[in-house]
Amino acid sequence: MATLTINGRSVTLEVADDMPLLWAIRDYIGLTGTKFGCGAGLCGACTVHVDGEATRSCVTPVASADGKEITTIEGLSSAGDHPVQLAWVAEDAPQCGYCQSGQIMQAAALLADNPDPSDEDIDRAMKGNLCRCGTYNQIRAAIKHAARAKMAGSDVQSDNQEVSA
Amino acid sequence: MTTRRQFLKVSAAVGGGLLVGFRFGAPESAMAADGTSGASGSAGVFEPNAWIEMHPDGRTMLTISGSEMGQGAMTVIPMMIAEELDLPWGEFDTRFAPADEAYANPALGSQVTGGSATVRGFYTKLREVGAATREMLVQAAANRWDVPFDELRTEPGVVVHTASGRQVEYKDLVADAAQLEPPEEVFTKDRKDFRIIGKPTKRLDSPQKVTGQADFGIDARPDGLLQASIERCPVFGGKLKSVDADEARKADGVEDVIELDHGVAVLARDWWSADQARGKLSIEWDEGDLADLDDEAIDAQFQERIKEDARSARSEGRGADALGNDENTHSATYRVPYLAHTTMEPMNATASVTEDGVTLWVPTQAPGSVQKVAAEVAGVDKDKVTVHTTFLGGGFGRRFETDFVREAVELSKRAGRPVKVIYSRPDDVRHDFYRPAAYNELSATLGDDGLPVTWVHRIAGPSIWSRVAPGMVKDGIDPAAVEGATDHPYQIENIAVSYANVDPGIPVGFWRSVGHSHNAYIVESFLDELARRADADPVEYRLKLLEDDSRHVGVLRRAAEMADWGGEVPEGRARGVALAKSFGSYCAQVAEVSIEDGKPRVHKVWCALDCGIAVNPAGVERQVHSSIAYGLTAALFGKVTIKNGRVQEQNFNDYQAVSIDQMPEVEVGIVDSGQPPGGVGEPGLPPLAPAVVNALASLTGKPIRRLPIELGDEA
Repeated sequence: MATLTINGRSVTLEVADDMPLLWAIRDYIGLTGTKFGCGAGLCGACTVHVDGEATRSCVTPVASADGKEITTIEGLSSAGDHPVQLAWVAEDAPQCGYCQSGQIMQAAALLADNPDPSDEDIDRAMKGNLCRCGTYNQIRAAIKHAARAKMAGSDVQSDNQEVSA
Repeated sequence: MTTRRQFLKVSAAVGGGLLVGFRFGAPESAMAADGTSGASGSAGVFEPNAWIEMHPDGRTMLTISGSEMGQGAMTVIPMMIAEELDLPWGEFDTRFAPADEAYANPALGSQVTGGSATVRGFYTKLREVGAATREMLVQAAANRWDVPFDELRTEPGVVVHTASGRQVEYKDLVADAAQLEPPEEVFTKDRKDFRIIGKPTKRLDSPQKVTGQADFGIDARPDGLLQASIERCPVFGGKLKSVDADEARKADGVEDVIELDHGVAVLARDWWSADQARGKLSIEWDEGDLADLDDEAIDAQFQERIKEDARSARSEGRGADALGNDENTHSATYRVPYLAHTTMEPMNATASVTEDGVTLWVPTQAPGSVQKVAAEVAGVDKDKVTVHTTFLGGGFGRRFETDFVREAVELSKRAGRPVKVIYSRPDDVRHDFYRPAAYNELSATLGDDGLPVTWVHRIAGPSIWSRVAPGMVKDGIDPAAVEGATDHPYQIENIAVSYANVDPGIPVGFWRSVGHSHNAYIVESFLDELARRADADPVEYRLKLLEDDSRHVGVLRRAAEMADWGGEVPEGRARGVALAKSFGSYCAQVAEVSIEDGKPRVHKVWCALDCGIAVNPAGVERQVHSSIAYGLTAALFGKVTIKNGRVQEQNFNDYQAVSIDQMPEVEVGIVDSGQPPGGVGEPGLPPLAPAVVNALASLTGKPIRRLPIELGDEA
């Protein structure tokens, strides 16, 4: 059993202590934005924040999250308007989208620590988050985009021409 | 451009759509699947065809007739419809199509998403669908104002009477339009009048995908759901002999254990509990005929049979008889391994079998096949099977298959509850339908000018179509095994390409760019060997062998220009080039590489792509990035190892994928030939591996004749 705060809401989970946080979040709390990719901390699709730290929920026993604050992709912002989310849309980063919850949570944690990451910083922070669609160049652009927006304190603008009515 | 209304009517009727008055092609299942539309008879709703539903309150629903697996179907399908309908961009909702042949891709003849065919297959049909609908709205306005049709035009969302300046919004016309006959002729726009097609357009699904709201198959949660983890026989073709499931049944959360022909399923309320309990099963397998199979035995089969089972796939001039045996003849052997797909979303399917039929939630490239298989397994008619196609967490060809659907339906039927089957990552790696391995022998005889006079390419490997649709295999030739080898563009006097269908028993399936994924590597690498032997520049060498002014030449020249081919290259780096046509598009790439710590490092790829009209250039560019990443993963790391009839790799630690720090910079040049659209999801892949190995070979002086790339001591 574990009691934790998830996206600001206190939840008591009556599940096995060694159940990975991922499955507690998906199958018992019912938040499915956090994804299962490998079950072994090798792909990053399951990344959530535990007390602000980017954490692989597929290898984190639920008991170890007892008393902690968990943020999932659903709780990153109230309206999908976290600077990283806005930058992701502006840079048209997702393809299939399956890994993107984890990518975004990892990137948000990176930017919280390091508001102006270099390419090497991005490589170091993001290389454990796999994307089989190969959106890496767009992810890199989106992280820089979000960093600029955060520093400017303004909304991000789209570089991509949009079709308008 | 005009086409007869007959086309629309007939194609709809073949699809078995509901033909109520003009309402051709609005399939019954679409009505049933969508609670909001309930409306085939309701007043004022305008449903001119299977793709469009317009309501008097201004709501428009477009049906996405292709699976969204990252390639952008959900964006590009509306672009084609909205262009001709003159629908304001973004002012509509979308839904994924139900399983219904009304949605068959015209290029493929069935409702599947693959073969890079979403745009090239639907380009004409969906523009006609949009144009016909627009004409009906215009006719409704013409009737209302009692003016000739020809005096009216449309702006996005409105019909305008040019002379008087009167305007009426579409929503105020849909009730009238619903009473009209479809037009006799359909007029589609000239390209110069496009407002939407050809403009880089953002994906419509990003907001869902950045907030965790997009529902993938794995996210399906019908009431009463059980989740299943299945221990399958690790040896291909093996069967369950016996199981002791006592311990597993006692494990926390376990609700059922079900024996299958090929394995044992553990069912629990949550997937993790099922998967944990699965480890407590004690199973005896009948491992079948392949229990001793390994890579060496497979290679030996290929070598043994490459000549004796050879069937001619292409013969020009004197063919192999023209091959010399002096120092002007160059020979090499190339090998590629079996490859898994490793979509980010592991294979899964959710099925609910009840007395009334079957409901499925499946991330699938083939909803029609899902429906058919589910009907078979459940023993019901196809029309009792409802397929909800979800977002796909990657497809790459793996999701043409229905193995996971079969399992989910059988388990739900036997458990009497909805069941979701999820593959663990090791399950996903070890129970795939793999990209075929292939063994290749090549020889070429060069003329005095150093160019090949004779080209002989022998291929041995398993056949995908022999399993999927044997009728596709003609005279022993599986087109998917030889594509890219038989149809390379080089003008050579004597050509012989042969294929020996050798099936060691490992299941094989479609994998992004299929035969081109290996044949382009082999043809383009061997050609570079010849160019090196002739001491020729690889771009110039190719140009001499290509038909002047062909689309091949167009992309090759463009890629060379983009990369400043022949210009200065940074110290320690080298460049390679490759060219391939696949899925109706032409692609040339230049890769710049170095060797770091004995390993290849790809710094940059310049890619020129002629895919005809690029409907969404932003999507095209991203698909090129994607193909390069997927191709690079295969070139650097991709290999499943067969030992004792089973795959040895199991997860991303030993079946690696390229990560962000290994991703090259990519520059894409879209060559606008003005031709009809070609494919986009795959054509960027085939040239990648040969461009990279050709660059490495010019660094090391040694060709790389086997993938994944292993650099020898020279590195």
